[in-house]
Amino acid sequence: MSLALQNQKDSFEANRTITIQGLNKSYGEHSGAAGVHIHYIIKNVDLVIHGGEFFVLLGPSGCGKSTLLNMIAGFISKTDGRLRIGDAEIDKPGRDRAVVFQQADSSLFPWLTVRQNVEFGLKMKKVPKRERRAISDRYIDLVGLTGHEDKLPRALSGGMKQRVQLARVLANDPEILLMDEPFGALDAMTRRTMQKELVRIWSQTKKTVVFVTHDIQEAILLGGRIGIMSQGPSSKISHIYEIPLDYPRDVSAAEFYKYYKQIQAHFDE
Amino acid sequence: MTVWWKGKWAGLVLLWIVVLAAWQGGALVYGPEVIPSPLQTIKGAIELLKDGSLQKYIGVSFVRVLSGWTLGSLIAIPLGIIIGKVDAIRHFAEPLLNFIRFIPPIAFITLFLVWFGIGEQSKIALILYATLFIVMMNTLTGVLSVEEDKIRSARSMGASEWQIIIHVIVPATAPYIFTGVRLAMGTSYMAIVGAEMIAANEGVGFLIWNSRLFFRTDWIFVGLISLGLMGFITDRLFGWFGGKVLWRYGVVSSSTIKR
Repeated sequence: MSLALQNQKDSFEANRTITIQGLNKSYGEHSGAAGVHIHYIIKNVDLVIHGGEFFVLLGPSGCGKSTLLNMIAGFISKTDGRLRIGDAEIDKPGRDRAVVFQQADSSLFPWLTVRQNVEFGLKMKKVPKRERRAISDRYIDLVGLTGHEDKLPRALSGGMKQRVQLARVLANDPEILLMDEPFGALDAMTRRTMQKELVRIWSQTKKTVVFVTHDIQEAILLGGRIGIMSQGPSSKISHIYEIPLDYPRDVSAAEFYKYYKQIQAHFDE
Repeated sequence: MTVWWKGKWAGLVLLWIVVLAAWQGGALVYGPEVIPSPLQTIKGAIELLKDGSLQKYIGVSFVRVLSGWTLGSLIAIPLGIIIGKVDAIRHFAEPLLNFIRFIPPIAFITLFLVWFGIGEQSKIALILYATLFIVMMNTLTGVLSVEEDKIRSARSMGASEWQIIIHVIVPATAPYIFTGVRLAMGTSYMAIVGAEMIAANEGVGFLIWNSRLFFRTDWIFVGLISLGLMGFITDRLFGWFGGKVLWRYGVVSSSTIKR
């Protein structure tokens, strides 16, 4: 690779880098006997997520990982610290960041067909109908829902609804996919299929993924790096594990188990 | 094997026979001045149909209800959405709404007569009032119960606030709006009868009120049954329309639900 091309690639990656420095989120100031007490959900988070990487936020329930994700999404505002994508400070939701929610039922539009759901963002952007159709065809095919275009979400299974959510956000060609325990409500077998599908889709689209889960196995199965969030309140990223295993990963491999034990031990402490 | 008296239609017929028998029984015990028999009621209805007054009264009441109700809904739906969407307006408007909605429409009749005169305007205004608050409160509740995830996902897909209202809030609120509009139909009939009793020369309410002068309880019965039928038919039609046209939005008509 020539130097110029390498520079170009680096700057492209840098544009998609999520940089978090000294980030705090607190609510409510209680003045008690001990003086003013501020309740921190997350405190002093430092994190750099590189363009194109699959980053997993792992932690127990209520540790603030969803809060952090929602802050990156721009849904909730930070109390202080820095939160940037490339050079731009995040203060509101944007097309560059797509969110896949845990509950497809509450985030999909039940009055729209699969295709209409997938085309929603494009329609808002007033993309012409033919172009919309070509794009929705592509992503419906990518998530394996061809043949179900005209169904309403209520006619789909839980796993299929999550596929619709994926296709819907990918159709807008975002830089970053923010996923909040998207497979948490699925049965074990469907979840396994969806995990495989996500790895396939990620390696085909090369998006940056920030994936929130409390499932250690899921984290190791998916993540290039895993950020461990400590138990809240005042939680922060306590450790980052690199998982250099090749995709698709084998749960029964000795290497896999080694990481599993390591991370499990981290939580047992 | 189904026994004949356990069939759906047989049960319905049986029920009506019981109701009619009880009615006839009451008529025999208390006499026709107090409770006219079913047959007398039918005779009274034929009498009123022959001179054309029943058709006219039903038509007049129906037009009043329909125009006030349509106008009221058309005003209430956008207002409900604005109140639900804009926090500042809601904080101001919600207590006011919850104050005014407890004043029944009938209580406004005299005031509306002073304001709008004894013509059609005062009656339509009354129905409009009866419709307005129910539809507004339902729409408002609907807007407030739209899942945050829907709005967030639309926003992160680049929808503007206006697009969110049109493409997310309105369709997600449709079942609530529909229920409000349907309930408002009921209160509209209540309000119109009150208004027609106090200040009208036509209408089903007028018929019921006026019949007392002639001791025609059978005409009163005709009026009551007409009201019931008018309400029943419009409600069924509206429910059928909702189930047919708005089913995508989660509106179900009660007659199509099978449990």
